Amino acid sequence: MERFSEIHDSITFEPLLERAVNATEADVARIIKQGGARTLYDFATLLSPSAESKLEDMCRLSQRLTQRHFGKTIRMFAPLYLSNECVNVCKYCGFSRHNDIPRITLSIDEVEKEAGMLANQGFRSILLVAGEHPKYVSNGYVKEIVSRLSKLFPSIALELGPLETDSYKPLVDAGCEALIVYQETYHEETYRSLHTAGPKKHYHWRMDTAQRAYHAGFRRLGIGALFGLHDWRREALSVAAHAQHLLRYCWKAQLNISLPRMRPASGGFEQVEFLQDHNFVQLITALRLFAPHAGITLSTREPAPLRNGLIPIGITAMSAGSSTEPGGYSSFDETSFTPTKDQEGEQFHIADERPPSEVAATISRLGYEPVWKDFDQSLIGT
Amino acid sequence: MTNNASQPLKIGDRTFDSRLFVGTGKFSSNEAMREALDASGSELVTVALKRANLTGDADPFANILDFLESDRYLILPNTAGAMDAEEAVRIARLAVAAGLPNWVKLEIHPDPNYLLPDPIETLQAAETLVREGFTVLPYINADPVLAQRLQDVGCATVMPLGSPIGSNRGIDTRAQIEIIIEQARVPVVVDAGIGAPSHAAAALEMGADAVLVNTAIAIAPDPSAMARAFAKAVEAGREAFEIGLGPVQRAAEATSPLTTFLNV
Repeated sequence: MERFSEIHDSITFEPLLERAVNATEADVARIIKQGGARTLYDFATLLSPSAESKLEDMCRLSQRLTQRHFGKTIRMFAPLYLSNECVNVCKYCGFSRHNDIPRITLSIDEVEKEAGMLANQGFRSILLVAGEHPKYVSNGYVKEIVSRLSKLFPSIALELGPLETDSYKPLVDAGCEALIVYQETYHEETYRSLHTAGPKKHYHWRMDTAQRAYHAGFRRLGIGALFGLHDWRREALSVAAHAQHLLRYCWKAQLNISLPRMRPASGGFEQVEFLQDHNFVQLITALRLFAPHAGITLSTREPAPLRNGLIPIGITAMSAGSSTEPGGYSSFDETSFTPTKDQEGEQFHIADERPPSEVAATISRLGYEPVWKDFDQSLIGT
Repeated sequence: MTNNASQPLKIGDRTFDSRLFVGTGKFSSNEAMREALDASGSELVTVALKRANLTGDADPFANILDFLESDRYLILPNTAGAMDAEEAVRIARLAVAAGLPNWVKLEIHPDPNYLLPDPIETLQAAETLVREGFTVLPYINADPVLAQRLQDVGCATVMPLGSPIGSNRGIDTRAQIEIIIEQARVPVVVDAGIGAPSHAAAALEMGADAVLVNTAIAIAPDPSAMARAFAKAVEAGREAFEIGLGPVQRAAEATSPLTTFLNV
C-alpha cells in the first residue's frame, strides 16, 4: 500500500502555489475549454485570483459535470453526536479536552431515541460523530449502536477518532458504509502547533486513515480540511492531491469531500484568514473540475442563502436540521424540529437552522430531488 | 410505437412494442420522472433497488416505486450499488421477496467513478440468478466473448455499453457491438452513454434490439420533451434497420448491370 502521507511529504508545493497566484485569465480559460483540470497544476490554476473573473464559467461547467454523474439529486443525511468526551487538545475545537463544557456520552438507548427522531424527519442516512475517547467511545459501544441503528438507517457513516484497519472491520461488519476523517490542516507545522496533546498529535497516522478504512471494507470515504487554520490554497492543493491518491489506490470507494469553514466554537480560537464566499465557491467548482465523480458535502455550518446558491453548482450531499451536541435533538421541538434551548455542549454553532423539511422543500423548488435513501443494508449483508 | 414494429421485441416471456427502455435515476423529482416515462412510450423501466424500500413497509422517504405503474411498465429492478456477485444476488433475491418481478438488470460496478461493469462478478452472478429462475439482463462492457458466455449461461439479453454511464459520448464501442449483434442469440440492448436521439437511432440502425436511456432524459431541461424525441429516434432507427440501409461507400456505383452478357 502506497501511503498518502509519504506522497504528501514528497509534493513540492512551491511551483503549485506560485501557479495559484500567478496564473492568467487565459490559463484559466484553457482549462475550462478542455472541460476540466487534468493535473494538480491545472487545479492550482483554478485557485488563482485570475480565476475569480471566470467564476461564472467555472460554475456552469461544474453544474454540467455534477449533473452528468449525480443527476439532479441531493443526498440528505443528518449527524448524530454520541459523545463530546475527548482526550485530544485541538486549539480550535469546542470539544477540546480543557474546554469547560458539559461532557455528555449518550447511552445506547438515548442514541436510539435521538436516531428515531431523525428517522421521523425522513433521514435514512446518518453520520455518527464522537470525540476521541477510548473509555467513553469504545469500539464495542459504537458497534452496538451501529447494530441497533442499522434497522432504522440503510446508510450509516462514522466520524470518530482514527483506528487501525482491524479495529474498523467489526464496524463494517455491523453495517457501516462510510468513514469520514478530516485532516483539519494538511500543513504539518500548523498541524503540530494546533494539536498539542492526545492521539490526534500523530499527523501522518491521521492522514492515512482513509486508506486503512478502505482496507477494512468501507465503501465510502470522506476527506477534507477545516478552512481557517492555514492558507486556503495550500489546503486545497493537499485535499486535491489526497483525492487523486484515493481515486487511484482505493478505486472501489466512493469519494466524498467536505470543505468545512471554521465556525465560532468554545475556546474562542482566532482563525488565520476567513475563506471568503466567492473563494469558497471558486474552491468547490475547482474541485468539481478536478474530480468530477467525487461527492461534495455541504453541512449546516454554512448559512441558508449560500447553501441554496450552491445546490445547483456542484454540491451532492447536505445535512439539515443538525445538532452538534450529544443529546441535542432531545431538546428539539418535535414539530418544528428546531432547538428549544441553547446547546452548551455543542462542537460548533451551526449557521443554517432550517428544519429538514424546509431544506428539502427548498431543494425541490430549485429543481433537485432530495434523496433520503440511496443505499440498502442488504448490500452489506447485515 | 405500434405502427412500425413489424415484429415486437421479445425478451423472456414478455413482448414489447417500444424499443426504448428508460432508467429512473437522476430526475429532478419523482413527478418529473413519471411524466417523462409517460412521454417516452416505454414499457420497461429500470429502478435502483438501493433507492427503494425493500422491507415491504410503505416509506414516504423511499417511495420511488409508488411513482411507477406496474400494470403499465415492466419494472426491472437493477442491482446498482452492488460491488460483487454476492451482493448483487442478495439484493435481487430481496427484491423478489418485496414483491418485485423476478427480472433483474444485473449491474455490478465496483468502480463508483466510471461505473464500468465487472465482467467476472457479472458472469458469476448471472449463473446463480439464472439457476434460481430469474430473467437476467446483464449490463456489460462491449466484450463479444463475455456476451457469448452470458448467453451460454442463459441470460435473456445482453446489454453492452455504448460508453460510460452519463458520459453522453454515444456509441464509442461500435465495432465491438457490431460483433455482439452479429453473434447474438438473444436481444441486444445498448445501454449507457446514449446522450442524443441520434445515438439511439444509430444503435437501432446497427441492429440493436433496443436501447436504455437515462441521464440524457433525466437531466434535460424538459425531460418529457426529450423522452418524446428519443422515442421518435428509436422508432426511426428500427424502421430504417428493418427496411435495410444501403452500404456506406465513397464512389458512385454504376447502375447498369454488369452481367447482362450472361443472358445473351
